[in-house]
Amino acid sequence: MLDDFFIRALLAGIGLALTTGPLGCFVIWRRMAYFGDTMAHSALLGVALSLLLHMNLTISVFAVAAVVSLALLLLQKRGTLSTDALLGILSHATLATGLVIVSFMTWVRIDLVGFLFGDILAVTEADISLVWGGGILVLLAMVYLWRPLIASTVNPELAAAEGLEPERARLAFMLLMAVVIAISMKIVGILLITSLLIIPAATARRFSASPEIMAVLASLLGAVAVAGGLFGSLKFDTPSGPSIVVAALAIFLASLLPLGRRDHGAIANAHS
Amino acid sequence: MLQTNAPDRSTLVSLSAAGLYRKGRWLVRGVDFSISRGEIVTLIGPNGSGKSTTAKMAIGVTRPDEGQVNRIAGLKVGYVPQKLSIDWTMPLTVDRLMTLTAPLRGREIDAALEATGIRHLARAEVQHLSGGEFQRALLARAIARKPDLLVLDEPVQGVDFAGEIALYDLIKTIRNSTGCGILLISHDLHVVMAETDTVICLNGHVCCRGTPEAVSRSPEYQRLFGARAGQTLAIYNHHHDHTHLADGRVLHADGSVTDHCHPDDGHHHEDGLPVGRAGPMRIVHTHGPDCGCGADHSSPATTGGDNAAENRDA
Repeated sequence: MLDDFFIRALLAGIGLALTTGPLGCFVIWRRMAYFGDTMAHSALLGVALSLLLHMNLTISVFAVAAVVSLALLLLQKRGTLSTDALLGILSHATLATGLVIVSFMTWVRIDLVGFLFGDILAVTEADISLVWGGGILVLLAMVYLWRPLIASTVNPELAAAEGLEPERARLAFMLLMAVVIAISMKIVGILLITSLLIIPAATARRFSASPEIMAVLASLLGAVAVAGGLFGSLKFDTPSGPSIVVAALAIFLASLLPLGRRDHGAIANAHS
Repeated sequence: MLQTNAPDRSTLVSLSAAGLYRKGRWLVRGVDFSISRGEIVTLIGPNGSGKSTTAKMAIGVTRPDEGQVNRIAGLKVGYVPQKLSIDWTMPLTVDRLMTLTAPLRGREIDAALEATGIRHLARAEVQHLSGGEFQRALLARAIARKPDLLVLDEPVQGVDFAGEIALYDLIKTIRNSTGCGILLISHDLHVVMAETDTVICLNGHVCCRGTPEAVSRSPEYQRLFGARAGQTLAIYNHHHDHTHLADGRVLHADGSVTDHCHPDDGHHHEDGLPVGRAGPMRIVHTHGPDCGCGADHSSPATTGGDNAAENRDA
């Protein structure tokens, strides 16, 4: 039952999950879930622009996501609106603008559902090298920036006082997010990218004693969710992107069960 | 941890006429002071007087909008910020907190935890610590990296009175054993370490400065606390002769309003000595039977003195 397309999907999905694990931990620690959503939504504007200007799809999605995150930084510094409201504006403005631009291009027929929910079963070998190449670059950058990233997540002023340049780390983190969104769009789609960032990391929290353990565990749990989701999708003939998210959710819910562990968590106590 | 015979007293940081302007007003202006190796400088002042702002300018977290801040090249800072909350989603033990900004050897971590009295908490998650334990953990983290300059923004907040004295003692010990400079922002106006070399009182600008010894030598102080209490604690409290209005202008005690305040604008009295109740600046002793500090003032051994301090010295 393991056809070529299935192996390709598995390879691409696992490569992506390994990358989103550590990044997703920072999304949770920095309370940036909505920020991730906004960058993901802006990917549709990237798709529209790449069709309009005949640019490479991945590069234009990355560029738009990066510009949106920089725009957010600038708007935050002006301090007139809350981050929450700014994200709401950017998120839907980019999504809607992308849809409007696409509708003007009557000569182009695009598979909107494919972009929104991904089409992992259609990944090519080029896609796999993109996911793994981009993913390895992102992970290497994370390793290099790990200490400044962690320190500035705990307290930016502390990091600055002790010479770790939190602004540089923050900028690098946003660019890494843009890379991950660009490489993951084809696999889980614009609307589901954040779930692959957040759900494995949230699941890993309870079993982790350090930020490093949580990052590695999030990667592994994400990979398990991808494999589980893909097998489920094959068995029950369900859409593959959403099936991966449902598998991740199932692991998250299972992690909430007490399972006879001695645990001091409030949730475990509530069940016991 | 060797004490050198000839202590190095070179200047680590100096601020000259430094000021920070934000959202249409000067948070602080005209700040002049320097910190040398082995020196403890304490900033005191009311809320919003620019203590934290000044400390952040000194260590380069913010750049001054006027004036200059000079730091020696490669200055290693250990910083305890005023507010630090660690999101519960990040698993962080005390041990891991120690190496937040730089790698350390295991025995350096142990020594710092031992010094702050929380070695037994090394494996505890920081989110489960009490306020006082967390402050000790932050202090341990700051000293573990053996900084040239230790910047402590209200390091004793959430610590009980006995613990407060122990921490001030520890700060003194750190200074004596490592010879680092210390910039301390006082937890409250009333308690300032006697080991402080310079007390700088801020109120949007440098309002006054001096040694705590000068204060503790005053007759009222000796009468209330005895000569020995002054070795650990000095009480330093005074009233400001002007208020900073919401628009950044300054309302002086005589009712006049000016755009800025400067030490020489004629509205200030800079002598720093008690000049009586009607005077614009006075030293008030609020420590006694009803001060609420938690010390037992009814003991016959001291008359209204501070037993916690006395016992610790003994």
